[in-house]
Amino acid sequence: MKNIAAPPFSYSLKITGDKGKEVVFSLGGRIALEDLRALNAEVRARLQEMVPARLIVDLAQVEYLDSAGALELLGLKREARSRSMDFQLVHLPETAQGIMELLDRDDLNTPPLIADRDESHLVEELGEGARRFAGDLGQVTTFLGELLRALAYALTHPRSVRWGDVASYMRRAGMEGLPIVSLISFLLGLILAFMSSLQLRQFGANVYVAPLLAIAVVKELGPIMTAILVAGRSGSAFAAEIGTMKVNEEVDALTTMGFDPMRFLAVPKVLAAMVVVPLLTIYADIFAIAGGLVVGVLGLDLTAYTYLKDTQASLKLMDIIPSLIKSGVFALLIAGIGCQRGFMVRGGAEAVGTATTSAVVAALFLIIVTDSAFALAFHYLGI
Amino acid sequence: MSHPPIIEVDNLTARFGDNTIFQNVTFRVHRGEILVILGGSGCGKSTLLKHLIGLYQPAAGRVILNGIDMRTDDADELRQLKMGIGVLFQSGALFGSMTLAENLALPLQEYTDLTPEEIEDIVNMKLALVNLAGYGNHLPEEISGGMKKRAGLARAMVLDPSVLFFDEPSAGLDPISAAELDILIKSINAGLGTTMVVVTHELESIFSIAHRVIMLDKSAKGMIAEGDPRELRDHSPDPRVTDFFNRRPGLGRQAKGNGDG
Repeated sequence: MKNIAAPPFSYSLKITGDKGKEVVFSLGGRIALEDLRALNAEVRARLQEMVPARLIVDLAQVEYLDSAGALELLGLKREARSRSMDFQLVHLPETAQGIMELLDRDDLNTPPLIADRDESHLVEELGEGARRFAGDLGQVTTFLGELLRALAYALTHPRSVRWGDVASYMRRAGMEGLPIVSLISFLLGLILAFMSSLQLRQFGANVYVAPLLAIAVVKELGPIMTAILVAGRSGSAFAAEIGTMKVNEEVDALTTMGFDPMRFLAVPKVLAAMVVVPLLTIYADIFAIAGGLVVGVLGLDLTAYTYLKDTQASLKLMDIIPSLIKSGVFALLIAGIGCQRGFMVRGGAEAVGTATTSAVVAALFLIIVTDSAFALAFHYLGI
Repeated sequence: MSHPPIIEVDNLTARFGDNTIFQNVTFRVHRGEILVILGGSGCGKSTLLKHLIGLYQPAAGRVILNGIDMRTDDADELRQLKMGIGVLFQSGALFGSMTLAENLALPLQEYTDLTPEEIEDIVNMKLALVNLAGYGNHLPEEISGGMKKRAGLARAMVLDPSVLFFDEPSAGLDPISAAELDILIKSINAGLGTTMVVVTHELESIFSIAHRVIMLDKSAKGMIAEGDPRELRDHSPDPRVTDFFNRRPGLGRQAKGNGDG
C-alpha cells in the first residue's frame, strides 16, 4: 500500500534561532535507518549555514528513534563538540531515552583490534603460495605413506577390512558411474575418429583410423578420461563425506572407540576405487572404440568386421595391461587425495566445500603428473 | 581412599603452538563418582576432555586411566584403554550412514565375537536403557537432537565401559530434553556404578548431577577450584568461582549514560 500524500521523507526538521547564536533544530517524525542519509545531509548543510554558537536539538516531536537514528544524534553531538559549540539534546521522548543510554558509550569508536587485512603483494603471495604448496606436498606424501601401510595391513589381514563398505563404494564409484563414462568415451571415440579421418583421408589412409584410435584410447585417453570422471564424481564425494564426518565429530568418535579412521574410512574407499577404476577404464576403451566404429562404418566405408579386425590387430596385451595398472594407480591417487582432503577439514561447512574442490583439483594435477611419469617410464622400459 | 582413583591427571599442560591453554592441572577421579569439569567459554574444558579421552597428546604431564598411561604404545594396553571408556560427543556423533542399531552394534562387532543374535539383544537392551526402544532401524537424521544424544549415550555404553565422558550434554537441547538427559546420567551412574566425567557450564546440570566439580579459568590458564558445587558457590574465597555460580559477569559492559540528554 502506498500513501501518495506522504512527504518525501519520514522525518521533519525545523530550524529556529539566529545565525551564529543559539539555534534550535526541532526534529520530528521517524528518525530511522531508511531516511538517514537525507537527514544527515540536511542537518550538516544547515549546521554549515547557521554556524550556531549553541546548538539545541529538540526531539519533542519525534515519534520513533531507532539505533541508527540515535547514532546520528551522537554523531551530531560529537561534531558540535569538535567545533566547540555548546550542544544540548532536549525533550528526549521516554521511548528514545533507553536507546540513547544504550548507545552513548566510550567504546563506540574503538579501533579494530586486528589491523585491516591488507591486500598482500604479488611477490608475497607467490612466496606464501609456494610455501603452502610445499607444506601440502609434505602432508600428502605422509598421508599416502600411512595409506599404503594401512592397505598393506588390509591385504595381509583381509578380515580386518570392512568388505560391506567396499562393496557399497564399488557400487557408487563404479556402477553408478557407468552411464557417464560410457557416454563421454563413446563421444570421445566418435570425435577422435572423425577428426583423424578428415586428415588421413587426404592421403587415402582411412584404414589407419582404427589402429590410431585404438592405440590412443587404450594407452592414454581411456585411463585419463576415466580417472578425470572418477575424480569429479567420487574423489569429491569421498572428501565431502569424510569432511562432514570430521565436522560432526564422527571421526573423533571412531578414534575414541579405538578404530583407526584410516582403516575404517580410507581403506574401503581406496580399495573399491582401485578395483572399479580399471574396470571402468576397460568400459571406456570399449565405448570409445564403438564410437570410432560408427564413424568408420558410416563415414569411411569400412565394414564393422574390418574395423574391429584392424583394431584387434593393432593392440597387444602389453598395451592393455600397463594401461590398467596405470588406472589402478590413478585410482589410488584419486581416492587417497579425496580422503586426505576430507581428514584435513577443520571448522564448518565452508571447509568441507573447500576440501571437496581441492580434492578434485589436486587429483587432476596428480593424474596428469603421474601420467607423464608413466609415459616416460613405459618409453624407457620399451612397453 | 579405599579405592585407587580411576583417572589420575598429573601436571597436565595443553599447548597449541605458543598458545598455552592450561597448565599444571592435577586432579583425581574416583570410581563411581560424577565429576563435572566447568568453567567459562574458552577456558579449555573441552581441550581437557580431549586429553582425557586420548584425542590430544599432553604437552607436559600425564593422564592415567585404569592404571594405564594414555601415552602407551602397547597395542593391548591401548585396546584396554579404548574399551574402558565411552564418549558422548556434543552432537552425538552418530554415524550418519548407519541406523541406530548398526551404530550400537559396531563396537560389539569389532571388539567381541558375539553372534549377531546376541549383539542384537544387547543393542536392544541399551536402546531401551536410554528410552529409545523400537528406534533401532531409524537413521540418525530421522530423530530429534535429544534422541541423537541419547542414542550416542547408548553407543558410548555399549561395551559397558568403566568411565563415560560427556562433552556438554545439554548443549543445543531444550530444557526438558536436557533435564531428561541429566536424569539418565544420574540413573546410569546409580544403577551401573559407571564413573562419569562431564564437561558443562549449565548451572542446573551441575547442581543436579555433580558429586564433585573442578573449575578451569581462562585467565588463570589452569584449575582454580575443586570440590562440592554448593560448597564452592556459598563459601569459595575466590570471586571468580562465586561469580560463576551466581551468574555474575566479571567484566561489565562499559555502558554509561552521559548527562547530555
